[in-house]
Amino acid sequence: MSAPKYWREMAQRYRFEAAKCKKCGKVLFPPRLACPACKSREFENTRINDKGTIETYTIVRIPPSQFTDEAPYPVAIVNMGDNIRILCQVADCEPEELKIGMPVRLEFRKIQQEGKSGILAYGYKCVPE
Amino acid sequence: MVGIVGYGAYIPRNRIKVEEIAKVWGADAPSYKRGLQLREKSVPSPDQDTITMSVEATKNALKRAGIDPKDIGAVYIGSESHPYAVKPSGTVLAEAIGATPDCHCADYEFACKAGSEGMFVAMSLVKAGEMKYALGIGADTSQGAPGDALEYSASAGAAAFIFGKQNVLAECLYTHSWMTDTPDFWRREHQFYPSHGGRFTGEPAYFRTIMGCAKALLEKSKMKPEDFAYAVFHQPNGKFPMTVGKRIGFKTEQMEQGWLCPTLGNTYSGASPIGLTSILDVAKPGDLIFMVSYGSGAGSDGFIFKATDRLPGVQNRAVHTRAMLDSERRKYLDYGTYTKFRGKIKLRGE
Ligand SMILES: [Zn+2]
Repeated sequence: MSAPKYWREMAQRYRFEAAKCKKCGKVLFPPRLACPACKSREFENTRINDKGTIETYTIVRIPPSQFTDEAPYPVAIVNMGDNIRILCQVADCEPEELKIGMPVRLEFRKIQQEGKSGILAYGYKCVPE
Repeated sequence: MVGIVGYGAYIPRNRIKVEEIAKVWGADAPSYKRGLQLREKSVPSPDQDTITMSVEATKNALKRAGIDPKDIGAVYIGSESHPYAVKPSGTVLAEAIGATPDCHCADYEFACKAGSEGMFVAMSLVKAGEMKYALGIGADTSQGAPGDALEYSASAGAAAFIFGKQNVLAECLYTHSWMTDTPDFWRREHQFYPSHGGRFTGEPAYFRTIMGCAKALLEKSKMKPEDFAYAVFHQPNGKFPMTVGKRIGFKTEQMEQGWLCPTLGNTYSGASPIGLTSILDVAKPGDLIFMVSYGSGAGSDGFIFKATDRLPGVQNRAVHTRAMLDSERRKYLDYGTYTKFRGKIKLRGE
């Protein structure tokens, strides 16, 4: 992950900042330029809840190169309420513990590191509640 | 009144038992357990470090403080395991909790006393009226060389304290700092593991420094050990804090609530601060709390806190420290997994 891309996404990666449509109230995470429901372009800043439930999951056994040390690791789609679903790694959880509908909470973790000398990228993973 | 308006801790869920380390090095586990009064220690996952644990501890502190993070005017993380050699840990933390951009930030280092240093400066800035709130954190994911006595104790955890003047949970009545140049423990640049002076780390370093600070703090406050409901000291192992506390005049019952080392290990900069969070979890209005940290090199920061009427109402707003320590979700690692988690295995191409 390049430093500029990482930096641009910090509000979402660090603080779960979302955009709430001023016209229809739809919450968008990550924020977009126009509301897909009503096409409005006016939003207010909000934050998504840090608690959700696992909607579905998979176990990654053949990982991309920067995650070799971590495989096998679970990745889940988590329902955060307000019609928001996020894709994230599940930490502190054995693959056999995973269940659809399992309550989880977002925790701040190191997401990846660029080799031995690049930046450390932080963000959220979900952990069993 | 100036004092703690929010506090919180974070302890990772992984543990390793003394027996598991001892069997690899042919050491005698029962004598280590007796000598160090230590049964197991916490271990961070590969995706956890001083920054991530500081963020989680601060989130717990914010739940108890109920303040707007934008009002935090300073962020100080004390650690000897800052993830970057050059680039502050505090910037990530401040960004993650939403305290940027109007905020002063510095990373502190002074072996195991770095956390209490951050607390002392944060408290002093609020007292001086420079800012509404300031945040001091002690966090570490320290390592001992494989087979060294330190490997049995070096563990991971964080504690965060927000200082302010309104809605105080524990008033800070007195502080005292005591330090000399005492080379008991050090790590030179580019060295992965620290070095220490063996038995020299005890009497002339740990005991002399903590006793010096504690006596000065008691004189300054005109208080006696029996005036306090609780006392907590730096805990590099289970034995030292109980020994030093008794020499000063405290009893086991005053020290047990903050004595986490037997199952937590030595969280370095987090040690006495995490002990303090465990005390604040149960303290009652009017209780006096005595705390003295210790950092090799060597120095101690001492604090006297008095719990206020507001404390019981916020204790359950975030997870209690002992609930994390004794969590049912604790995961016991074997030595192989532990060395992988701690990056002790040299990989091809390194
Ligand atoms: Zn809309």
